[in-house]
Amino acid sequence: MFSRDLALALPELILAGSALGLLVIGAFSPRSYRAVGWGGVFSLLAAVAAVFLGPQGRAFSGSLVVDGVTFYSQIAVFLACAVAIPLGQSWFARKNITNFEFPILILLAALGMAMMVGAGDLISLYVGVELQSLALYVLAAMYRDDAKASEAGLKYFVLGALSSGLLLYGASLIYGFAGSTRFVDIAAAVQGHAGTGVLFGLVFLICGLAFKVSAAPFHMWTPDVYEGAPTPVVGFFAGAPKIAAMVLFARVLYECFPEATAQWRQILILIALASIAVGAFAGLAQTNLKRLWAYSSIANVGYAVLGLAAGNGEGVKAMLIFMVLYMVDVTGFFACLSSLTRKGKAMESIEDMAGLFKESPAIALAMTAFSLSALGLPPFSGFWAKYYVFKAAIGVQDPIIQGAAIAGLVGSVVAAFYYLRLIKSMWFDAASGSVEAPPRDAVFVAMAAALFSFPVVLLALHFLDPQAQAAAAAFGLK
Amino acid sequence: MTGLLSLITFAPLAGVAAMLLLQAARPSDEARSAEAARWIALGTTLVTLALSVLLVSRFDVHSSGFQFLEDIPWFSILHYRMGVDGISVLFVLLTAFLMPLCVLASWSSITTRVQSYMIAFLVLETLVMGVFCALDLVLFYSFFEFGLVPMFLIIGIWGGKRRVYAAYKFFLYTLLGSVLMLAAILGMIGMSGTSSIPELMVYKFTPGVQIWLWLAFFASFAVKMPMWPVHTWLPDAHVEAPTAGSVILAGILLKMGGYGFLRFSLPMFPHASEVFAPLILALSVIAIIYTSLVAFRQTDIKKLIAYSSVAHMGFVTMGIFSGNALGVQGAMFQMLSHGVISGALFLCVGVVYDRMHTREIAYYGGLVTRMPVYAAVFLLFTMGNVGLPGTSGFVGEILTLTGTYHLSTWAALFATSGVILSAVYALSLYRRVVFGQMTNPALAAIEDLTVREVVIFVPLILSTLYLGFQPNVVLQVTQSSVDSLVAAYHAAIGA
Repeated sequence: MFSRDLALALPELILAGSALGLLVIGAFSPRSYRAVGWGGVFSLLAAVAAVFLGPQGRAFSGSLVVDGVTFYSQIAVFLACAVAIPLGQSWFARKNITNFEFPILILLAALGMAMMVGAGDLISLYVGVELQSLALYVLAAMYRDDAKASEAGLKYFVLGALSSGLLLYGASLIYGFAGSTRFVDIAAAVQGHAGTGVLFGLVFLICGLAFKVSAAPFHMWTPDVYEGAPTPVVGFFAGAPKIAAMVLFARVLYECFPEATAQWRQILILIALASIAVGAFAGLAQTNLKRLWAYSSIANVGYAVLGLAAGNGEGVKAMLIFMVLYMVDVTGFFACLSSLTRKGKAMESIEDMAGLFKESPAIALAMTAFSLSALGLPPFSGFWAKYYVFKAAIGVQDPIIQGAAIAGLVGSVVAAFYYLRLIKSMWFDAASGSVEAPPRDAVFVAMAAALFSFPVVLLALHFLDPQAQAAAAAFGLK
Repeated sequence: MTGLLSLITFAPLAGVAAMLLLQAARPSDEARSAEAARWIALGTTLVTLALSVLLVSRFDVHSSGFQFLEDIPWFSILHYRMGVDGISVLFVLLTAFLMPLCVLASWSSITTRVQSYMIAFLVLETLVMGVFCALDLVLFYSFFEFGLVPMFLIIGIWGGKRRVYAAYKFFLYTLLGSVLMLAAILGMIGMSGTSSIPELMVYKFTPGVQIWLWLAFFASFAVKMPMWPVHTWLPDAHVEAPTAGSVILAGILLKMGGYGFLRFSLPMFPHASEVFAPLILALSVIAIIYTSLVAFRQTDIKKLIAYSSVAHMGFVTMGIFSGNALGVQGAMFQMLSHGVISGALFLCVGVVYDRMHTREIAYYGGLVTRMPVYAAVFLLFTMGNVGLPGTSGFVGEILTLTGTYHLSTWAALFATSGVILSAVYALSLYRRVVFGQMTNPALAAIEDLTVREVVIFVPLILSTLYLGFQPNVVLQVTQSSVDSLVAAYHAAIGA
């Protein structure tokens, strides 16, 4: 029995083992930071292979669940991490920072996220969340010489600790009233009737998770952290950890409280609409692109939460597709942003992008594609992401969520203005010259992501759609 | 001939690919790549035109169903479905017809970033063709919505002084309408389980649901048309857009609204269409009278023509929602004829704008002494705009008015006054620009039409007159599709 548990946990074991091994290698030969980086990429790819070939089931008496959702989201998360390592390392190398901890922290974050998406127990939920968060706090502050990065790390840490507190408080309430920390037992305990105490705990849990996915009204940390943290790290923040947190969100709601849909749906709708509104309106006032994309990510998380609020299999499927498509977009966008410098200074504001189309057409085209995709314009991937989410939300026979979906669509028109501002700056304004040639690895990632955003997505959905469908079926919904 | 529609739709992209390959092969030489871009764009649009002529010649006018069908499963329930019927096939031809003229009109007036400009136009052509050929809701929406981007860039990069404002306004206005349509599309797919337009045309939505869906589609198409009171983006967009951009905007993009009403609102939501018909008639009549008066007060030639477009689109919406064969046929004819005439009028403005770089009416006067050929051409299209018998403008107006008369005498009566008002503003524009004394010394050296400009105008003149004398060539193509549309509409509303 124990060997079967280990087989189920093989991806996590690979990550944990390689993280520790690479740490030792790095500590004894600090100059081998490149090799440590490639070792990290390799072990992530090995973990992907392990997920792909591994069995499915429940391990460690149900604390670790390996099902369709785990399969789908672990592959997405690991691949995102594998891209983040070389991108981040070359960025740090350009800043003359050659510390080997970066890939190891990414590996540990990946391990945390792998546990989050496979959590079947409140304890493993918390351990996963904390492992991932602690790695991310350090990553945010990794660029030590920069005051803003340190500020970002500290802010992230303090507010993150607060949200972990909320999460724990909620978890303990649920345990107290349901009598178990295991999701299946909680579901059995609250079957038929979810008492006030459990719902109270659920609300705290939702608040904690909303913080992790940066949904309004728990979004305050996002713009500051995004602005301060190193650009490639932000690209990582906005992608993989959000997928992991959203999947965990779905797991808690659908595995612990499948029958309290009516209760948690109201909260989710509120969170979704607040996020979309904050993301759209507050984004209008931004000039810094990293802050702008922080608000954009708040709005996008709002759409994903709206998908969850649908409360059926279609909603989960929509959320899963949404998050993966969004992850590719945001990775590509920050790869572009991290590659652009003018006279050695990073270009981070909208005005900096003036005339970029003349100076660096490939990057400008890629950024246009990402902006249009974030705007939700067909045929870009962002449109298909929204297509699934809104189809799920509008399909629910409930005027409140249908109305919320329409409000969300209108919110996307407001947000369109700031994406257009970026496009306007790149295409309409005069160039001021002296943009340096972008590094090749960032251009490669940006181009690959842009090509995925259109036209590859049209083919990719062929495969993503049934995969997400199968994943959503794991929750026993139709 | 399966595959012809995809060929027509995506042929312009071959031109884009050719330009990019040439750019990659010879990256440095800007002037030569600009020249090459012009010729490639012209060649591509002419090939597309030839293919469209082939399409229309093979089109079976006696069949009311969709022809040249293509159907490839995509993902989930979506399909790549293409097809044309009598309502859409002529829009394909109109688009293919206007595009080479646009390329020619931009030949010497666009001097910066020529290659990007031509790429934007070719992409736009693909998208417009896609809108008229798509038979899948989501495919239609993709083409429809992405059309905003090239137009946004055309206005924003090659436009006039307030181009950024106009580009934003165009984009956001249209987007707001479209997302509501998207909500309706998703709802329809959820309810019916299919995204196929032919299947949805026979699917019966309950009357209560129809009201909502109709309103959502109306939000999109009314902005696109544009109908009063959501027309205000159009004058701004027209004034700031380069000449060819205005031609495409007035000639084709506005027609997407009318096409949408005919393809979606009338056949899919007949009950709601009947309920809202009085509203549409009222808005149309207001558009016809009010915007005609507004047009009369304009000091900018392009703005005047833009407002006159809104008024003429009023006849189209009126004809469509009259719900009878006369009115719908008239609306179809009016859209095609307006595509030619308004396009030609914007080209007329472009001719003097290229020479003098101003569109102020007061700046001009007495052009007839220096530009007799231009004066004659401008006169013909002014008359077409007014709806003089013998030009294509007359046929559309008389048919829509007759059709409306069957439904509402009052609406027809008020709308008819629009014919007089259009004469008022159009003729006074013509008088102020072309006749009178030439008081502005700057005009003394103005040159008459060049050979290239004559080449642009000849096909437009011929089609205006030909359609004016032989309206049947159009009407027989649209006849059977319109008849079956109207029959289904009347069967659904039980009248």
